[in-house]
Amino acid sequence: MIWKIFLFLLLTFVSIAGIAFPIVEKPGAWYEFPFIPGLEENAKIIFFHVPTAWLTVIAFLMSTIYSFKYLKNKNLDDDAKAYSAAQLGMVFCILATVTGAVWAKFAWGQFWSWDPRQTSIFAILLIYGALFALRSSIESEDKRATLSAVYSSIAFITVPFFIFIMPRIMKGLHPGSAEDSNAGPIVDFQMNSGMQLIFFLSLIGFTILYFWMWQVGYKSIIFRDKLNKQLIIPTGSGQGE
Amino acid sequence: MLAKSYSLFKKDFSSELRTRYAINSLAMFIIVAISVILFSIGNETITESLTGGLFWVVIFFTAMSGLARAFVSEEERGTSLTLQLIASPSTVFTGKLLFNVILVFCMNLVIAILYSALFERFVVQNFTLFLLTFVLGNIGLAVSSTIIAAIIAKAGAKGTLYPVLSFPILLPLILTCVQLTLFSFDGTSFEEAQFELAIVVGYDVIMLTASYMLFDFIWKD
Repeated sequence: MIWKIFLFLLLTFVSIAGIAFPIVEKPGAWYEFPFIPGLEENAKIIFFHVPTAWLTVIAFLMSTIYSFKYLKNKNLDDDAKAYSAAQLGMVFCILATVTGAVWAKFAWGQFWSWDPRQTSIFAILLIYGALFALRSSIESEDKRATLSAVYSSIAFITVPFFIFIMPRIMKGLHPGSAEDSNAGPIVDFQMNSGMQLIFFLSLIGFTILYFWMWQVGYKSIIFRDKLNKQLIIPTGSGQGE
Repeated sequence: MLAKSYSLFKKDFSSELRTRYAINSLAMFIIVAISVILFSIGNETITESLTGGLFWVVIFFTAMSGLARAFVSEEERGTSLTLQLIASPSTVFTGKLLFNVILVFCMNLVIAILYSALFERFVVQNFTLFLLTFVLGNIGLAVSSTIIAAIIAKAGAKGTLYPVLSFPILLPLILTCVQLTLFSFDGTSFEEAQFELAIVVGYDVIMLTASYMLFDFIWKD
C-alpha cells in the first residue's frame, strides 16, 4: 500500500513538473529548464515519450525471457507472465508511437515521415499484433503457449536489428541516427540537473507502474485459468452421492 | 541424417511433380501480380528505386502464397504423426528446407527474368552484387518462411495468418535486399555495399541457427 501511494505521488509530481515548469534561456532556479536549440518548447514531451519507448523494449525483453522459461519448464504460469508482458508492451508501444508522432509534427513538420526510428517502432507494433493474432487462432492451451513462445523468440532475434542497428546506420531525423549533428544523448549534454532529475524520476515512476500493472495482469490471467478449470472439472466431493 | 533428409526431399519433390499444386499456383500468382503492376503503371516509366522495390514486393507475396504448403500439406493429409515417428525433427526440417529453397530459387529466377524483360529500368550494372544479393536473399526467405510455415501448420486460420506472421520477421531482410538491389542497379562496388551484405549474411546465419533450435518445440506434440 505504501509504495502505491509513493508511486501516485511520484507520477503526479512528474506530470505536473514535466508540463508546468518553465523553459527559460538561462535557468537559475532548479525548476527552470534550459532552452535546448532544436527542441525548444517541445522538449517537455521527452518526459513521457522516452519512458514509454523504454518500457516497450523492457516488456518485449521480459516477454521473451518468460517465453524461453516456458519452453524450458512447460509451466503455464510463465506463459501467463509472457502474455501479460506482451499486452503491456503493446499498450506502451502504441503510446510511444503516438507521442512520437505528435512530437514529430512539431519538430519535423509531419506526423509520419518513415524515419528509421518510426519504421522500427512500426515493425515492433506489427510483431506484437502478429503475436496476438497467432494466440487467438489456437484453441489448445499448451499448443498456444508453445507456438507463441517460439514465435516471440524468433521475433526477438530480428528486433535488435530494428531497435539498435537500423536507426543508427541510416540517415534520419531522430537523435542518434547517422550524420546527426547534435549527436546522440541529449540527456547528458544539454539537460540541466533539474531536467535530468525529472527525466529519471519519470523513467523510474513509469517502470514501477509497468511492474505493478504486469503483476496485476499475470495474476488475473492465472486466476482466470484456474477458475475456468474448476468450472469444467468439478472437484471430487459430492459427486458420488 | 542427410540421406534421410534427402529422401524426405525426394518424397516432397515427387508428390509435387504428381500434383503440381505449388508450381501451378506459384506460376499463376507471379503472372497475376506482375500484370497487375504493369496495368497500374500503364505507359509511364517508373524509376529505378520503384522497380527494385516492386521486385521484392512480388517476391514476398509469391513466397507467402506458396511456401506454407510444406508443412500445411502434412497436417492436412494427416501424415505428420508418421513423420514424427520415422525421423528426428532436424531431419524433417532439413528436408522441408531443401524443398523450399529450391522452390524459392525457381520462383525468383522466373520473377527476375520476367522483370528484366518487362521493365525498362531493371538494368543491373553490378551483376555479381545482384547475384550475391539474390542468392543470400533467397536463402533467408526460404529459412524464415519454412519455420513460420511450421508454426502456421499447427494453428487455425492458416492462409491469412501466414503473411501476418512472416512480414515482421522478413522485414529486415527485405529492406536490406531492396537497398542492395538498388546498389546493383547503380553499379556500386562491393566495398561500399559491405555493410548491407554483412547484415544479410548475419540474418541468414542467425535465422538458420534459431530455426534448428526452435523447430523441436513446434514439431513435438
